[in-house]
Amino acid sequence: MMTAVPISWFLTLSAILFALGVAGFLFRRNIITVFMSIELMLNAVNLSFVTFSYQHKEVAGHLFTFFVMVVAAAEAAVGLAIILTVFKNRSTLNIDDVNSMKN
Amino acid sequence: MQLWLIPTFPLAGFLINGIFGRRFSKSLVNTVAIGSVLLSFLWVLKTVLALGDLNTAHLEHYFTWIQSGVPGGNHYINIGCDFAIDRLTVVMLFVVTGIGSLIHIYSIGYMAHEHGPNFGGYYRFFAYLNLFMFFMLVLVLGASYLLLFVGWEGVGLCSYLLIGFYFDKKFATTAGNKAFIVNRIGDFGFSLAMFYIFINFGSLDFDKVFHQAASAPEWVLTTIGLLLMVGACGKSAQIPLYIWLPDAMAGPTPVSALIHAATMVTAGVYMTARSWVIYTHAPGAMDVIAIVGIATAFMAATIGLAQTDIKKVFAYSTVSQLGYMFVGVGSGAFSAGVYHLMTHAFFKALLFLGAGSVIHALSGEQDMRNMGGLRKKIPITFWTMCCAWVAISGIPPFSGFFSKDAILLAAYQHSPAIYWIGVLTAGLTAFYVSRAMFMTFFGAYRGKAHPHESPAVMWVPLAILAALSLFGGMLFKIPEFLKASFPAEAEVENPMLMYISVAAGLSGIAIAYIMYLAKTGMADSLARTFSAPYRLIYNKYFVDEIYDATVVNPILGGSRIVLWKGIDSGVIDGLANGIASRCRDVGGILRLLQSGSIRSYASWILFGGVVLIVAMGLFGGLPR
Amino acid sequence: MNLLLTVLFLPLAAFILALAIPRSTEERASRLWALVSSLGIFVASLGLLAYFNPALSSEQFVTDVPWIGTPNIHFAISVNGVSLWLILLSTFLTPICVLVSWNAIKDRAKEFYAFLLLLEFGLIGVFLAQDLFLFYVFWEVCLVPMYFLIGIWGHGRRIYAAVKFFLFTMAGSVLMLAAIIFIYNKTATFSYPAILSMLASGRLVFPPQEQLILFLAFFVAFAIKVPLFPLHTWLPDAHVEAPTAGSIMLAGVMLKMGTYGLFHFCLPLFPSAARACAPWICILAIIGIIYGSLVALVQPNMKKLVAYTSVAHLGFVVLGIFTFTQPGLDGAVYQMLNHGVSTGALFLIVGILYERRHSLEISDYGGVATVAPWLSTAFLITTLASIGLPTLNNFVGEFLVLQGAAIANFSWAVWASLGVILSACYMLWMYQRVFYGETAHEVRAHVPDLSPREWAAILPLIVMMVWMGIYSQSFLAPVGKTTALVLDQTTKNVPTRVQLPVHNPSAEVAHVR
Repeated sequence: MMTAVPISWFLTLSAILFALGVAGFLFRRNIITVFMSIELMLNAVNLSFVTFSYQHKEVAGHLFTFFVMVVAAAEAAVGLAIILTVFKNRSTLNIDDVNSMKN
Repeated sequence: MQLWLIPTFPLAGFLINGIFGRRFSKSLVNTVAIGSVLLSFLWVLKTVLALGDLNTAHLEHYFTWIQSGVPGGNHYINIGCDFAIDRLTVVMLFVVTGIGSLIHIYSIGYMAHEHGPNFGGYYRFFAYLNLFMFFMLVLVLGASYLLLFVGWEGVGLCSYLLIGFYFDKKFATTAGNKAFIVNRIGDFGFSLAMFYIFINFGSLDFDKVFHQAASAPEWVLTTIGLLLMVGACGKSAQIPLYIWLPDAMAGPTPVSALIHAATMVTAGVYMTARSWVIYTHAPGAMDVIAIVGIATAFMAATIGLAQTDIKKVFAYSTVSQLGYMFVGVGSGAFSAGVYHLMTHAFFKALLFLGAGSVIHALSGEQDMRNMGGLRKKIPITFWTMCCAWVAISGIPPFSGFFSKDAILLAAYQHSPAIYWIGVLTAGLTAFYVSRAMFMTFFGAYRGKAHPHESPAVMWVPLAILAALSLFGGMLFKIPEFLKASFPAEAEVENPMLMYISVAAGLSGIAIAYIMYLAKTGMADSLARTFSAPYRLIYNKYFVDEIYDATVVNPILGGSRIVLWKGIDSGVIDGLANGIASRCRDVGGILRLLQSGSIRSYASWILFGGVVLIVAMGLFGGLPR
Repeated sequence: MNLLLTVLFLPLAAFILALAIPRSTEERASRLWALVSSLGIFVASLGLLAYFNPALSSEQFVTDVPWIGTPNIHFAISVNGVSLWLILLSTFLTPICVLVSWNAIKDRAKEFYAFLLLLEFGLIGVFLAQDLFLFYVFWEVCLVPMYFLIGIWGHGRRIYAAVKFFLFTMAGSVLMLAAIIFIYNKTATFSYPAILSMLASGRLVFPPQEQLILFLAFFVAFAIKVPLFPLHTWLPDAHVEAPTAGSIMLAGVMLKMGTYGLFHFCLPLFPSAARACAPWICILAIIGIIYGSLVALVQPNMKKLVAYTSVAHLGFVVLGIFTFTQPGLDGAVYQMLNHGVSTGALFLIVGILYERRHSLEISDYGGVATVAPWLSTAFLITTLASIGLPTLNNFVGEFLVLQGAAIANFSWAVWASLGVILSACYMLWMYQRVFYGETAHEVRAHVPDLSPREWAAILPLIVMMVWMGIYSQSFLAPVGKTTALVLDQTTKNVPTRVQLPVHNPSAEVAHVR
């Protein structure tokens, strides 16, 4: 019988992934990278949902994961479309340059 | 007896002329205005004949005007629209409608060439006069203090409108405002008196109030009496509220005659006489009235000595004569006060109308220094005014003599000091009226205009008034007529007093004759010798200036600087705006957080999360 | 069909229909619609008058249906002898407002008239509501249209004035909401009659401290609306900037929301706190009378002047209410109606002048009486009504209020009567400067006399001034029943005596009846 991987490992991985996502979101300037960082955070959360679901023998965690994935997919579709339009209009993907809504 | 018809006729006249008068011809306006007043006069006559001796009041109730509370309950107020008529009312009714009719007729001639502002003021003038008649009759007929007050305020309104008749002239409208506002100060006292009467007697009806008044405590009656006197001082131009009356001469002269000499200004005397039950039980208030009256009589007479505007002389004379009436009622001789009210209405209306005739003849000139020698040029006016002259100077057996003598006799019993000042005032009165007559009608003509005699429509009323001035005192023995209305007065004969006052009047005329006819330079040299007192009376004791400096300007300045700019804009708005701008300051700082950059928000979220986790670690888990 | 519901919801229906008017015809169609519908509402409210039984003191036309289950909120409305007249005042003034805005409002006319109708709905609702929550809802409903009327169609500093108006009123009404919720927590009902019957039977008692705080919460909300000195400074600004119709509704009816609230809610709910505070409130009211008059005296702007006269006149109303005497209360209610008519007329004529000369500064006028005699006559009558000339309406109210004050404390009557003197000063002085004197060229060129439409607006007001001045019994009879009932409630619902923290000897006077 193979010993199970401890729960804490999954959670630590999730936390590391989340932290990487946050760092990417905060410090990168490229919109695509920022977008990928957000996806990374979502997936980090998904991982912890699945982990808890496995730990508590509950199906709710899986359900949430699916919800998150659906939302993330929708978001990716809309988001990428917006990014594409921004790039077409502005020829830049630097997030600090896209501030015309302010002021 | 349909008493309500008496004031309703003039009211109808006012409404018809006021609403449609602009499209009417002058003769139609005349018909409506004079017709309504004459109808009212005739109705008075008919009523008086029908009602007989009128030893008790005849009361008519029409409708409830103001009602509050339930009958018998606490503070039940029930003010009816009630008219009453008794002997005192009858005297007033005849004076008002009789002299009112004469002055209306006279006005046809006087106002004939009137092109006031606003498409000619002709119809407006008569509409206002009719409205005045309405309110004056309500004042006289009203059977409660509140109804009297209705007329009281209403005649004040008409006085305001008619003083400011030439409303494109600033001095006229200012004089109108002054009259209304000073009267309001008097009405302040009157209304407080009414409140106090109601608190103590639970009613404002004359019969109910007077029924209880005799048994009320003296201090209550004194308070009421003094408060009522404040109102009377305003309306009847007594110290310290007399200042409006001389300015009121800015109105057309018939107005001065009707409102500011014969009728409205005597309302205070009427009201005091009406309240005799209160006053006889409040000797303190009576003393105050007598003192105010004699002080006013004397002071106004002295001012009258030095005026050069013919209407101003008669205006101060009116103030002075009203002072006499106050002395009369203040000395307990109510009937003598009313007697003088009536004779004064005759001769002072005549003096004013005569002055109006002079002014009319000289096309608007009012300064006596530009008159003189008019005796030959306008003889009818001269001879009629002479009748008023002898009447006001107290020469027997003309009307002024009887009433003035009755007042002085009563004053002597009350206080000899008042009597002697009254005699001195009588001399002064004779002097300034004689002065006015000499300056106007004698000597050489000093003016430029071409005098012309007034039309018959003007001199016929003058003639009637002249007859009344001469014989009215003998014909209408008011003290006997009103004997039953007022408390019995001790019958005293003191011929000595009579001789003294007649002598005072004659010497006043004689001195004026010497100063203004015999030795023409004497008046000027006297004025130079006594220049300080002369300037004082010439400038009317500077009372207007003192009031401006002590009352008017502080109120205006204080309101503008302290209340409006200071408290309103400064303190209250400052506080409100201060709170608002402190909020904005705080917002300005907090606003820095809202940078609009998603990443800075995310950093804050991260920072907050970290702080929370650290805090949970330190304090051991979630707060419970 | 319930007549009261008809009167209440007709304005709302008219408002919704006004919104549906197509853009292309908006100005002509919307003003016509507003006139027709507001006249219809007025006629409907006259029906209310016809079926109202003046012999009863109780609430009439009672309608009570559950509205929201939790919390227990009812749609409860009814009418009494006081609110009846205030509703009639609202429905009477609204067509006049439409008439006076006929040519003055050019842009966004549809919204303007719609807001006017919505305002009418809110005002009627305030006077009808018998459920505290419903009352609060209507109270706030009134705020919104007036905010827009000032903010959109106002003059130069309209935004400042609108925001100031909104914030001042809001600050007070939040306190009132808190107090209402507190009462609900205590009684589990918002129903005003139910609360009153609990008070009467002793099942509900507000302990002194609590009662004082609740009273003050209500009182501040109402006092701001009245407005009572020193909470009045929003009023002059709001009036100066508001369009004419806004000023008429604001002065004519909205201010009465405050005095009606004081009368209808503050007194019966918290009688002993009200009695304890009465001397102080009366002093504030008297300060307001004299202060408002003095400040009005020196105003260079006509509308501001009239606004300050409102402070003074409403001071009389508050004074009357807190004398706790029958004449005082009757006079206060009558004065509410008088002020609505005469100050409404003042603002109306000032608006007519503004439409001609495009200025509110007194110094820009002079000699108007020469070129516009009827306009001047109408203004003179209104002026005389406003300064309390007998035979015109204000005199009756002022007399009763001052008589009531004299009964409660004679010195109050003395001080308040000073306001009567001052009212003559400021009104006549303004009248002299605007209407008398030489006619300036600008005035001669631009100020014609009244047009038939303006006659139609001003004549009903003048008729009312004379009618109310001469035959007050047609109005005072139902009022007296309701005021007597409220007065009775303030004497019966007093199980606990509220003492102010500071010893106040003049408080005793208010208890002497």
